[in-house]
Amino acid sequence: MQKKSIWKKLTASREASLVIVLIVLCAVVSIFSPNFLSPTNIGQIFRNNALIMVMAVGMLCVLLTGGIDISITSILAFSGMTVGMLLKNEILSNTFLLFVIATAIGLGCGILNGVIISKGKVTPIICTMGFMYIWRGLAYVVSNSSWASGSDVAGYSDFGKDGSAGPYVILIVVFVLFFILMKWTKFGRKIYAVGSNAEAARISGINVDRTLTSAYAVMGMLSGLCGALSVAIYASAQPNMQYGKEMDVIAACVIGGASMNGGRGTIVGTFFGALIMAIIAKALPLVGIDSIAQNTVKGVIILAVVILNVVTQRMMDRQNLERREM
Amino acid sequence: MKKKVISIMLSAVMAAALLAGCGSSSSTTTTDTSSSETETAAEETASEETTEAAAEAASEAGEEAASDAVAASGDATGKTFAIVVKSAGNPYNEKEIEGFQAVIEAAGGTCVVKEPEAATADAQVSAIQSLISQGVDSISIAANDENALQSALQEAMDAGIQVSCFDSKVNASSRATFVNQAGTQEIGQTLMDAVYDITGGSGQWAILSATSQATNQNAWIDAMKSIAASDEKYADLELVEVAYGDDEPQKSTDQTQALLSNYPDLKVICAPTTVGIAAAAKVLQDQGSSVKLTGLGLPSEMAEYIGDDDAHSCPYMYLWNPIDLGQLAAYTSIALVNGDITGTAGDSFTAGDMGDYTVVEADDGGTEIILGAPFRFDSSNIDEWKDIY
Repeated sequence: MQKKSIWKKLTASREASLVIVLIVLCAVVSIFSPNFLSPTNIGQIFRNNALIMVMAVGMLCVLLTGGIDISITSILAFSGMTVGMLLKNEILSNTFLLFVIATAIGLGCGILNGVIISKGKVTPIICTMGFMYIWRGLAYVVSNSSWASGSDVAGYSDFGKDGSAGPYVILIVVFVLFFILMKWTKFGRKIYAVGSNAEAARISGINVDRTLTSAYAVMGMLSGLCGALSVAIYASAQPNMQYGKEMDVIAACVIGGASMNGGRGTIVGTFFGALIMAIIAKALPLVGIDSIAQNTVKGVIILAVVILNVVTQRMMDRQNLERREM
Repeated sequence: MKKKVISIMLSAVMAAALLAGCGSSSSTTTTDTSSSETETAAEETASEETTEAAAEAASEAGEEAASDAVAASGDATGKTFAIVVKSAGNPYNEKEIEGFQAVIEAAGGTCVVKEPEAATADAQVSAIQSLISQGVDSISIAANDENALQSALQEAMDAGIQVSCFDSKVNASSRATFVNQAGTQEIGQTLMDAVYDITGGSGQWAILSATSQATNQNAWIDAMKSIAASDEKYADLELVEVAYGDDEPQKSTDQTQALLSNYPDLKVICAPTTVGIAAAAKVLQDQGSSVKLTGLGLPSEMAEYIGDDDAHSCPYMYLWNPIDLGQLAAYTSIALVNGDITGTAGDSFTAGDMGDYTVVEADDGGTEIILGAPFRFDSSNIDEWKDIY
């Protein structure tokens, strides 16, 4: 009886199953690489995957509404390249101001995405695909076929330097802020409502268009922030930065239990999902898998975790049903 | 009714768009041609001025450029030599032009420079065509596409113009010969010697490459491996891993950190790719690691990390010198025009102070002239080069 209730508890929460996956992953990797869980290594995991983790929060908002945004890394490149060029041409060197500018650029891009999707009734994947090319193209225009690197961003990159608290502070602030926003504020609950059933939300007096726009605006804002963060962490701004990484962000959300149909997903789940992605990225080169095979292994692990997730979800549903029947 | 109005408006908009499209494209072509005409006219009339300007620029850029420029071999008086680079506004291309111009003008020839606005094959085709109608004696081109320029360049060759390429080649049938910045063997040998030197002759080292499919990367890595295997001198060096960072800063960072934690005795990382070497340099320098770095990198990207002391992660690295490349392209053009070489394997000529060069067989069935070992960037010259490219 006692045993059954523990099992029930574990399967009753998707987050709990993610934690188990995390523990198993870490345990396996630790066998191959004993100092995997050393403080420096853990620090590096968070620092080197901060971009994916922060953008996953925004992606969760978008996925909750039943949409998708594939223009995020282009927004990141556009805002990051702008920061790089401002530094390279010595127009501005204040770290805080540069972050504000990058975030504002991202916010603008996101609002545009949102307005076209909500007012123009354009399918999210099509609209954001268009903007994916536009923002990436503008990143090249801004760069004027040059890169900002090492010495150009010298003082600024101290913010994201190995050992600096910058990236960690941003990570903690974003996750805590959005945990509160999504759980206990109107903003968060409206997004869940619109994603679960847009028609019902509209009838109950929620401005669906505005809610949709705000979800994309949040996504854009966080992508813009990541643009500035990326330049700080890697001390390099190139127009092709983070190319193709939007899929990793979506994968992080899906692993974390977000549904592609909207309405389901949590910040905590997304945190664990992004952490699993981060650990995979960090662990694959460490456990001695051949570089060429690493992407394949990554895909297999992602699929396995998602399948596990679906099974857990089904068990939860069945348990709920049984309870109702009783 | 409403539908009809909408459809009429839509078709009106489409018609307007069509007209607008025609209008803008025709106007751009006219501006294009006029600008290229004015460009060439300006170059022809002001050729004496450009000589002085180029000489000044060369002496500023470095001694080697100036000394080579003076001692041009062969006579090029009365001949016109054209150089077509990949695109305008790129500091690397500017340096190639600088070297080319200095040599041509020291030899008494006239130099025509074509810089397309965009790095496309189309833009180069129209540049080549205007050079043909101008009646130049030679064209030296850094191609934006290996095959797309074939018909334009063959037209040029039919018109009696000597065509060669440098930096980035065209296919074997579109050129007399190719001035290659660095041969695979030279790069392999240079990097291997750098690893030998930095490790002190023994110990573990690793390679951080771009993607596992990159042709040039793999050729260099294979060359390094075969050189290491062929000479007893390198017997104490152990290549522990070839890691691939996919030319992404993030993945390169992960791979570098993994190398550091998997191989505590690692002495040197060799990264023959610009993104990889910069990412690795940052990781090593931020951590204050004792592991050193070398490879191929852009001076502007790497200036922050190059130095002899422990605070810098990269004692020295390599890349070719674009000024030298431009100069060798110029000497090759002069030799072709004067008939000293025809571009067949075995031909040899003297390239001023740069010494003697021989035309050799290239892998693609054509021939090439190899500039030589890559250029070394270290703490003594990095400040001079970091603003250049």
